[in-house]
Amino acid sequence: MAAHTRKRNLSFLVPTLYILFLLLPIYWLVNMSFKTNTEITGTFSLWPVNPTLRNYAVIFTDPAWYSGYINSIIYVVLNTVISVAVALPAAYAFSRYRFLGDKHLFFWLLTNRMAPPAVFALPFFQLYSAFGLIDTHIAVAIAHCLFNVPLAVWILEGFMSGVPKEIDETAYIDGYSFPRFFVKIFIPLIASGIGVAAFFCFMFSWVELLIARTLTTTDAKPIAATMTRTVSASGMDWGVLAAAGVLTIIPGALVIYFVRNYIAKGFALGRV
Amino acid sequence: MNKTWNNKAWFMVLPMLVLVAFSAVIPLMTVVNYSVQDTFGNNAFFWAGTDWFRQVLESDRFWAALGRNLLFSAIILTIEIPLGILIALNMPKKGIGVPVCLVLMALPLLIPWNVVGTIWQVFGRVDIGLLGYGLAALGINYNYVNNVFDAWATLIVMDVWHWTSLVVLLCYAGLVSIPEAYYQAAKIDGASRWAVFRYIQLPKMKRVLLIAFLLRFMDSFMIYTEPFVITGGGPGNSTTFLSIDLVKLAIGQFDLGPAAAMSLIYFLIILLLSWIFYTVMTSGDETA
Repeated sequence: MAAHTRKRNLSFLVPTLYILFLLLPIYWLVNMSFKTNTEITGTFSLWPVNPTLRNYAVIFTDPAWYSGYINSIIYVVLNTVISVAVALPAAYAFSRYRFLGDKHLFFWLLTNRMAPPAVFALPFFQLYSAFGLIDTHIAVAIAHCLFNVPLAVWILEGFMSGVPKEIDETAYIDGYSFPRFFVKIFIPLIASGIGVAAFFCFMFSWVELLIARTLTTTDAKPIAATMTRTVSASGMDWGVLAAAGVLTIIPGALVIYFVRNYIAKGFALGRV
Repeated sequence: MNKTWNNKAWFMVLPMLVLVAFSAVIPLMTVVNYSVQDTFGNNAFFWAGTDWFRQVLESDRFWAALGRNLLFSAIILTIEIPLGILIALNMPKKGIGVPVCLVLMALPLLIPWNVVGTIWQVFGRVDIGLLGYGLAALGINYNYVNNVFDAWATLIVMDVWHWTSLVVLLCYAGLVSIPEAYYQAAKIDGASRWAVFRYIQLPKMKRVLLIAFLLRFMDSFMIYTEPFVITGGGPGNSTTFLSIDLVKLAIGQFDLGPAAAMSLIYFLIILLLSWIFYTVMTSGDETA
């Protein structure tokens, strides 16, 4: 029994140490965000000696700063809605039917998820310039569909394949039309799958910067790109940079909390 | 599941197809266009054939960047996969610890990539960062700005920090799908800890490990933002990966021809990898 208890304690040590390792750099950023610049560069302390909210005040009072957050949220939400909306019928088709070229189409989708954004940055800029869409939220939202739609189709297809086909057939026998069946019966059945797909679209649109930055100049500029503003003539404004960084972590943390029970299955693309 | 043959399913796929084609096919055709033409400016293009491709394939710069990419991917996979398995095996199985671990571990995955870069850039600085300061206090001469080894070490630790959780979450998803009865049977048979791992847990994790391996390989192969923020590709060219080189070439120097040719070669490598990934994944679908 004693040996058993000791083993238990040891096994708790591994994730604990790992989480400590994960939190340490984040803690340092939070720590810095509550310090003044003189304290950051002048002294070395493990916690803020003279805690200040000045850095956060700068962000919340300057429209150039806080509009970055609003822009990011707008295009991320737009992208999530568009991606899930077009992926739902497509995933249903892939999970229920065989059709001409279905396997090729599915493979082609996958290649888009794997395409390096660096390859697309310049052509995207030219394409969206031609349509007069540069510096709009919708441009970034559509561009991010490149990798989010394939991912959403993939995750949803995994979840949909877990729903027995008999349910569809019974509904048709009961006289349901396809749209009514899809909305009233099928969507509630895969609600958790939709949640997971939406989470992943949110996540990848939120963390992506290369394309978002290429397609925007001022009006739709994401927060992550705004952060480069902290380099000024008077040197680096480390405090504000840290505060801005901390604020980009918060939306992600909130979203994770809501999908915590499905997160592992979601990362396995619904295929465990 | 046996699927019905129905070509009308195309109508359900159509909206998705139009949207992705707009974002993927048109830009890709632009790249193809540039890769076979040369210009003297003023939109006057002429046919260049395979010149750009030859130029890229013969340049040391391309092969050096590709080599750095492969080395980076190899190192981070060797660390992240075993570490991820180890952590997943020791995760709590039930109780309050489960959601706490999952949420905290997923945290780095949802930080914008350039913020990840910024976090480590600050954390590693000798003057203001905990890591840099700590190493300096231990008497280690650490500087990721002008020492190649330190720059690589920083990027590798950063990537491990950023992405090991993905491997953990995938392995964990595989592990929780093992029925309790398997473990009880192993206990009755007096199986050792190693035997349980080798014959029960590892086979169950095979599929998710494959996903983890390939996702990590492909994503690390495309790495751009984090090294761009932390080292900017330096010192010298020592951390200039393919993506960074490509953006330098296309947007920095505006060498559209070579950049487009390089894009296509890069894309073909990714395509080959995707094909392997897809084949492996779908063959699993049929046997599982």
